Amino acid sequence: MIYRSHVLVCNGTGCVSSKSPDLMAKMEELLVANGIENEVKIIKTGCFGLCEKGPILVIYPEGATYCNVSVDDIEEIVNEHLVKGRIVKRLLLGDKEAEDVSKSRDNVGFFAKQKRIALRNCGVINPENIEEYIAHDGYLALAKAVTEMTPAEVIAEITKSGLRGRGGAGFPVGRKWQFAAQEVSDQKYVCCNADEGDPGAFMDRSILEGDPHSVIEAMAIAGYAIGANQGYIYVRAEYPIAVERLNIAIKQAHEYGLLGKNIFNTDFSFNLELRLGAGAFVCGEETALMTSIEGNRGEPRTRPPFPAVKGLWGKPTLLNNVETYANIPVILLKGADWFSSIGTEKSKGTKVFAIGGKIHNTGLVEIPMGTTLREVVYDIGGGIPNGKKFKAAQTGGPSGGCIPADHLDIPIDYDNLLEIGSMMGSGGMIIMDEDTCMVDIAKFFLEFTVDESCGKCPPCRIGTKRMLEILDRITQGKGEEGDIEKLEALAESINKGALCGLGQTAPNPVLSTLKFFRDEYEAHVKDKKCPAGVCTALLNYVIIADKCKGCSLCARKCPVNAISGEVKKPYVIDQDKCIKCGVCMESCKFAAIEKK
Amino acid sequence: MSCTGCCADNKLKELEKIIEKYKDIRGALIPVLHEAQELYGYLPLSVQKKIAEGLNIPLSEVYGVVTFYTQFSLNPKGKYKISVCLGTACYVKGAGEIYDKISEILNIKSGECTPDGLFSLDACRCIGACGLAPVITINEDVHGRLTVDDVPGIIQKYIDKEKEAKDQEKLVEA
Repeated sequence: MIYRSHVLVCNGTGCVSSKSPDLMAKMEELLVANGIENEVKIIKTGCFGLCEKGPILVIYPEGATYCNVSVDDIEEIVNEHLVKGRIVKRLLLGDKEAEDVSKSRDNVGFFAKQKRIALRNCGVINPENIEEYIAHDGYLALAKAVTEMTPAEVIAEITKSGLRGRGGAGFPVGRKWQFAAQEVSDQKYVCCNADEGDPGAFMDRSILEGDPHSVIEAMAIAGYAIGANQGYIYVRAEYPIAVERLNIAIKQAHEYGLLGKNIFNTDFSFNLELRLGAGAFVCGEETALMTSIEGNRGEPRTRPPFPAVKGLWGKPTLLNNVETYANIPVILLKGADWFSSIGTEKSKGTKVFAIGGKIHNTGLVEIPMGTTLREVVYDIGGGIPNGKKFKAAQTGGPSGGCIPADHLDIPIDYDNLLEIGSMMGSGGMIIMDEDTCMVDIAKFFLEFTVDESCGKCPPCRIGTKRMLEILDRITQGKGEEGDIEKLEALAESINKGALCGLGQTAPNPVLSTLKFFRDEYEAHVKDKKCPAGVCTALLNYVIIADKCKGCSLCARKCPVNAISGEVKKPYVIDQDKCIKCGVCMESCKFAAIEKK
Repeated sequence: MSCTGCCADNKLKELEKIIEKYKDIRGALIPVLHEAQELYGYLPLSVQKKIAEGLNIPLSEVYGVVTFYTQFSLNPKGKYKISVCLGTACYVKGAGEIYDKISEILNIKSGECTPDGLFSLDACRCIGACGLAPVITINEDVHGRLTVDDVPGIIQKYIDKEKEAKDQEKLVEA
């Protein structure tokens, strides 16, 4: 059937959370009411990226992008746009008066600086329909690989492209494939790390939700390249939509003969299974992930032997992450030269970042390597809300570090980020403004690591705990001379002694904040002050005499009778008695009490 | 609505089916635990014993795996499972204060359940809805862009819902 209009509705987790399924239901109802259900097709797609403005829907052929759509807006969209052909300008994203509505979003910086390779199909196709993927050259790269190329040629092409692992460490992908390929074994495995554990990162989830077939196709290509006939996708159980769409996609690929026996009538066979994680951050580490697939406690193993030699069930295993795989089919179709023309000298292609925190446009962006942090924060991210000042960007999650304002012009790639003490990581980028206390953030990450440490090796199990205790003390105003040096010494020992990558990098958030914001630590330890005004124990509640009307309300509310004064004259808080509960500030009708 | 014990038998049969389905698959334990938890809502020792016998592995190993992963729970959860996202994006936007507020209102800590079985509270890792930070989920419902002041109203909504359902029940019985 041919439809005159297509309505693409974002069904990524962000938009689903802002009720996009309700929009679809309402629209379907109204299409039927208007008798045009056979003329207009509603399609659910993956993430468009700009989660901040969700739910988002795009109507073709006009290419009108509507944002912040609520259920109440649907009637207007149907009556005006779909029935009468008039654009609902007030809901357009970007330039509401654009002559060509399809270009309304072109000047929105968020989209203008992006280059979508890994996210190429997200928001474009229906992820639950394999034919839409095939129509966008899906499975063509697999066909090309198994019918026209030898495994060695596939690996050579990937190596030449310069693609590096997108999971964090940035190991050259071609070399990894080569190591797994050269092992001789009766059985090999291909695994996909979809255990996206960095708090604040959701790139992999968006790819799995928006374009699951790209990962499946790439894993089959990898299987062909290294000589494996079985693959596992290890995905977080916290991502129910991704799990559901992967299951649908695997089933469809089997039905179309793109998974299973004798793919494209060749000798190559490949099967894929899904394994659900169960909420352990350490399982994002490759050896721990494989231990978990085997059904055990997800504890890392010592390397070597590396997984390429002895991996899952002791067999040679190739493991890449979701975003890495999503790049593979395009590289084979467009060629290594095309891919390596994008990016910087040692970091090729693009990187997907999930931008969040204190920034206007939270969402998902894919930028060419070498884009500066300033472009990401201000042009794409739209800057910091409420007129606040940019303080730092945190990348690399609990293994990474903070990049301060001095380094805003740094071109983002693997090596530059490592050099300044952070790391690319899997792509979470949290923006912080002047109200963020860097000691508190370091403490936040250490709490995370202590909580998630698997406990197998003492440097991580005990060392991070000791570091957290010191940080806790510092933020409580009980910091002692020498605490900062103790933190540094512990960090070095953990880095040298921990068993796995996660343990070794666990002190990074502390080290990088110490590097750039040492004065904040010193203010906490020596002056017992929190410059950002976050650490409650270091704050004092003070009555501003000019604003105080002497109404006595705060004095009556204070649970410890720390406030005294004469009616109609400014009151005073006795700092020795004050327990810093904040009741006075909440109760004051004249905003005469502040924390400092 | 009183329990006659028949559901316990039915559940046991379901559990046996789950074990049967995965018995011959390598690395079966975690998928079995996932489905068993879905069935029972949590993983009491009796269920773990059954799984250990069914898969022919030591109970200590089952217990070791259950306690390793945060998704598996040894305690029952509330009818409304509240998860407060404490991912970085939510944290810098004040999720910690929201967690404290919920904890204060319900008087329970992470991993606990209210005495009436209505609410349980968990601090969870990023659910990936960072665009809506700070976020909490109550069962399948996502509540985003929250402030501390929104919290009492949201919890009250579920209490009211429950009360309504109870009233309705009484009405039907009458």
